[in-house]
Amino acid sequence: MEQLLGALVAIVLGVGALLLYFFGSNWLLEIVAADSVAPDGQIKISRDRLRESIRPWLFIAPALILLTVYLVYPAIQTVIASFYDGSGRNFIGFSNYEWALGDREFRTAIGNNLVWLLFVPTLSTALGLIIAVLADTVRWGAIAKSFIFMPMAISFVGASIIWKFIYDFRPIGQEQIGILNAFVVSLGGQPQTWLTVTTLNNFFLMIILVWIQTGFAMVLMSAALRGVPEETMEAARIDGASELQIFFQIMIPQVMGTILVVWTTITITVLKVFDIVQAMTNGQWDTQVLANLMYDWMFRGGGDFGRGSMIATFIMIAVVPMMIWNIRRFQQEEALR
Amino acid sequence: MMNRQIPILKLSLGGLLSRSLLIFFVVLWTIPTFGLLVSSLRDKDQLRISGWWMALQTTTVQEQGRTVTGVAEERDGLYVLEGRVIEEEDTKRIDTYGGGFLGGTLDSYVPDQPLVLESGYTFELNPDGSYLLTSTEPFEITRGERFFYVATKPPRFTLENYERVLDGERIGQAFINTVTVTVPATIIPIAIASFAAYAFSWMEFPGRRFLFIIVVALLVVPLQMSLIPLLRFYNDIGIARTYPGIWLAHAGFGLPLAIYLLRNYIGGLPREIIESAKIDGASHFQVFMRLVLPLSVPALASFAIFQFLWVWNDLLVALVFLGKRPDQIVLTSALRELIGSRAEDWEILTSSAFISIAVPLLVFFSLQRYFVRGLLSGSVKGG
Repeated sequence: MEQLLGALVAIVLGVGALLLYFFGSNWLLEIVAADSVAPDGQIKISRDRLRESIRPWLFIAPALILLTVYLVYPAIQTVIASFYDGSGRNFIGFSNYEWALGDREFRTAIGNNLVWLLFVPTLSTALGLIIAVLADTVRWGAIAKSFIFMPMAISFVGASIIWKFIYDFRPIGQEQIGILNAFVVSLGGQPQTWLTVTTLNNFFLMIILVWIQTGFAMVLMSAALRGVPEETMEAARIDGASELQIFFQIMIPQVMGTILVVWTTITITVLKVFDIVQAMTNGQWDTQVLANLMYDWMFRGGGDFGRGSMIATFIMIAVVPMMIWNIRRFQQEEALR
Repeated sequence: MMNRQIPILKLSLGGLLSRSLLIFFVVLWTIPTFGLLVSSLRDKDQLRISGWWMALQTTTVQEQGRTVTGVAEERDGLYVLEGRVIEEEDTKRIDTYGGGFLGGTLDSYVPDQPLVLESGYTFELNPDGSYLLTSTEPFEITRGERFFYVATKPPRFTLENYERVLDGERIGQAFINTVTVTVPATIIPIAIASFAAYAFSWMEFPGRRFLFIIVVALLVVPLQMSLIPLLRFYNDIGIARTYPGIWLAHAGFGLPLAIYLLRNYIGGLPREIIESAKIDGASHFQVFMRLVLPLSVPALASFAIFQFLWVWNDLLVALVFLGKRPDQIVLTSALRELIGSRAEDWEILTSSAFISIAVPLLVFFSLQRYFVRGLLSGSVKGG
């Protein structure tokens, strides 16, 4: 209780301080850069231009400071730290990178990340598109979509427990309480400890992210599909096109832009995937990924910040193409504005 | 929401197929969470021995019991040892029993029929697990005698698991910690971003475009790039493992999306409204506070939901910037610990997990509209 009160006080203080800043700085601006007024009320010197050139900076200053302190400056620091040793004191050039190339765990992580990058965005986007199309044809589509969308609200850790329960294993002879093993046994198969089956276990982790991200893809695809002109499809139908032809030859080309947006957004999520691996296997049984390895090195043996920074930089390098694409897209949209 | 009703499809085989396929997906997507919910409400012993899809069926267990030791009571010239092998409030009932000191096998005897043993003792077991061991002579046994039984238990649903984790596993405290982290970490970036978004939309200043492109670039910068320098910095200035530290960290990380979303919205407000207010002599500050902020409530709500869900569900930032002490550990972090320490105790894991996902689900279902709107304007512009 005391703690919640503390949080409440923090909110009041924090928001209060911000408001005080915005009000105060504006008030100060009005005084410092006030118009010079003659005794008869005539404005001698108008400082309106001066005020209006300072004011924007008052508005964006807190945001700029926070962005600099929390994102820009640390990002630069991380790149620099990747050329230093674990203590951060000695410059060692590319040694961390060279070490990584020879490290088995790092290479496993890279390999796994590549598989994640191929599997998760593709499957999520495809399923999202299919479900969006299906849901648009029925009256209860909105409810159906709600259910598919729901996992978006669930934390990766929560989802990990949900799926760990699905993959649960009991020795042969005991009744299986994990639904996957129960299913396998009912078909006459042998129960497995799915999370330790190398290679396959990666897919069991990926499915969790697909389960979460499909809803996201579906929502965006659904909105995009609504933009496909009804007349075009009607015309195609009259010309005798089958529903499948309409799907592949009319719908998909029309929503290609959105497919790309969804695909890249999920790709970025995948590159940063940490919680699922941390909670399910912690990288054991060859399921390591970069983000978890990075966290590992931050604290392993007292922490090796050089290697940790190197891995973070690696993730960043993978994000850069999408960042550039994002900026291009933004500039194109701005041009249309 | 507009639905594309296709009358022809409705009756065709294809329509039937697409409906079944959709139902299949919905079921597949819902089952995992549903299984968790059902399991968290089951009796913990039943949860251990049968799948949640069997939750409505009676479970059968084989167990062993031991008679009590001690001084026998004398009643009407008989020596009596009295006890029970199933706890009083338990709904388990004995089906058959046998073995051990009784002889025979598990299914040799049924309850309610007195059993005369070779030793001359009489053993009388009731279905509810209470028993009487009687003898005409003083007992010569000094230790509890063992026997076996088969018991059935009707399906039982309970909130016990929840009660247990809230106190025993300190999930209740973790819940409060999560709220403590989440609320300020949601409100602070909104306050900061809305001013910035207004400036980016309606104020002229050199470098405006360039700075906004930086914001767009920062949208996708992985959190991992910030962690190590920030952790060092926090250690140096002494706010590592404090609430203000994590509030500011979440505020900083959420800011690019906040500015981006809010600028999309605020920048889309009709120019005439803002210009007419300016002509009437209002300063930018007044326009922002009195006009733009009230109009932007939907966008503010969209971002608030995003940030709320993100912070509530976050594990990484909490692990790095907050401790694992009882007064700091958040739900996700506590769950992570439980996965390690209580790997087989599904009654604990399922109920704890459900406590942690209940609030996001509630927010999600009640405010889905704003959430979807935020998603659309965050990714595809103008959706």
